[in-house]
Amino acid sequence: MFRTDSSWWVSCVLALGLFVHAQTQAQLRVEVTGVGSNQLPIAVPKFQVDGGQVPQEVDEIIRADLVRSGIFKLVDTGNTPIPESARVDLPDWKSKGADAVVVGSVARQADGRFDIRFRLYDAVKQQQIDGLSYLSSVAELRLNSHRIADRIYEKLTGVRGVFATRIAYVVQLSKTSFELQVSDADGANPQTALRSREPIMSPSWAPDGVRLAYVSFETAKPVVYIHTLTTGERRPIANFRGSNSAPAWSPDGKSMAVALTRDGPTSIYLMNSDGGSPKRLTNSGAIDTEPHFAADGKSIYFTSDRGGGPQIYRMDLAGGNVQRVTFTGDYNVTPRLSPDGRMLVYVSRRNNKFQVQSLDLGSGQEVALTDTTLDESPSFAPNGRLLLYATEVNGRGVLASASTDARVRTRLTGPTGDVREPTWGPFIK
Amino acid sequence: MIYRTQLQQLFVFSAALAVLVGCASTPLEEKAAPVAEKSAPAPMPAPTPGPDARAVQRVDTAPKEIDPLADPNGTLAKRSVFFEFDRFDVRGEFQPLVEAHGRYLATQKQRHIVIEGNADERGSREYNLALGQKRADAVKSRLTLLGATDQQIETISYGEERPRTNGHDEAAWAQNRRADIVYK
Repeated sequence: MFRTDSSWWVSCVLALGLFVHAQTQAQLRVEVTGVGSNQLPIAVPKFQVDGGQVPQEVDEIIRADLVRSGIFKLVDTGNTPIPESARVDLPDWKSKGADAVVVGSVARQADGRFDIRFRLYDAVKQQQIDGLSYLSSVAELRLNSHRIADRIYEKLTGVRGVFATRIAYVVQLSKTSFELQVSDADGANPQTALRSREPIMSPSWAPDGVRLAYVSFETAKPVVYIHTLTTGERRPIANFRGSNSAPAWSPDGKSMAVALTRDGPTSIYLMNSDGGSPKRLTNSGAIDTEPHFAADGKSIYFTSDRGGGPQIYRMDLAGGNVQRVTFTGDYNVTPRLSPDGRMLVYVSRRNNKFQVQSLDLGSGQEVALTDTTLDESPSFAPNGRLLLYATEVNGRGVLASASTDARVRTRLTGPTGDVREPTWGPFIK
Repeated sequence: MIYRTQLQQLFVFSAALAVLVGCASTPLEEKAAPVAEKSAPAPMPAPTPGPDARAVQRVDTAPKEIDPLADPNGTLAKRSVFFEFDRFDVRGEFQPLVEAHGRYLATQKQRHIVIEGNADERGSREYNLALGQKRADAVKSRLTLLGATDQQIETISYGEERPRTNGHDEAAWAQNRRADIVYK
């Protein structure tokens, strides 16, 4: 199984350059493509550590987060730790190529907790732009490192960071061994929420970041459960005659859309997330599935083959005003809308490849976001800048991410088994 | 000797009988009784052999039939219908298979089946779950047209979740685009 004492994404820092494919032996591959490299050069020298060994390398976690975003490239900083309180020679760093500098310290306290401090400097404007201290338990060291990386990211890009968020995904270890796991966004701390001898599908985070909905075949048919992660409590919310699947939370968490075959062909229904009677939204006689709420909660995107082959459609919450959204190619499935509502992504079959496509809903422009060919299950990061999805490499199921401007791609492989069906959790409170 | 008439037969029989009766309890005399050389009564031919009086013929009140479902070479041995990519229509080459099961179910009302629909690994899992369901429903629809009843047939889908083969090429995918008829 996955080790819990260290990240099972090997988050190696790689030398990056224009059009360089850097392939490591291990599990993370970062590829940067695109015209010019608009990456922000940043220096994150080693943090000063006082009072003994720190169980987590705070500065390494921060560096790995910044690199993995694809927005930053690291300036060489040597091996000498620089404390947070040091006077930082910004012109010197600027001459080394850095536009921003982060310095920090970690000091073990008498009660076993750690005082983490950092300062962020803009080497171009020659001024400090952020500084904070955290008092952290051992257990929260990684989380607080991610919080610092989020602050750096936000200060320098204007966009909220997602390094402190979590993801959930399904792992198949054997023909009769399936797990629903939750980990940090960088893959560290994988924890098993559900272990089953039967398949698990379509995990979906509740907006509260504490519950997951998913489909389980443990009773020999697909049933939708809602599962509270902290307690392990769960209950079947949709267990009607036939198949129950494709759970999708409304943005306020009060409703859930599901796909049911209780009345015939797979159709979309709306339910209270507490349970109760479903209200039928589609009745086309064709397959209608994969409902997905728009972020404003006013419409639902879905997959339907009412036109012959599967395409993406949109309808209002009462099920009316159905409009077709995709027109290119004969197979477009799994609609996901960006948090700002401007971009739709989906999986499209073109020339026998299944790839995640993005559609700018304003301009109608479509862009392929990946270079893999068996893509599934795209999921937006809550800041809308990254997409997590599942694909297959050398016959194994792996996760991958792509930036929504198509420039940055990463691949994430588990040590064993097939990993799939990722879902990105919300911003943490 | 050939006897012309039954009467002649009877005469000879009676004469023979008279001779036998006459000889029954007394030793045979040396001198032969006067018999006409020409129409000497031949010994009666043995009666035609009938059933052995000790044989026992078994009667079955429920004559035993071979269950066609169990016949590995029979038309019902095949239980899987295969499909094209993203299709759920039952192709011509599978009509005989479906007809055989349909007719069997029509005459065996006590038989129940589950039709399990599957899909290959490509594309959306949820869409594949629905596609598998459509495949199972398509086979069910054909069976009921042939006389099976709705109550005899349940349909479920496993989508791409329970592949028969784990390869990642067309040969494997073709195997997994499938509806299986499972007798309960």
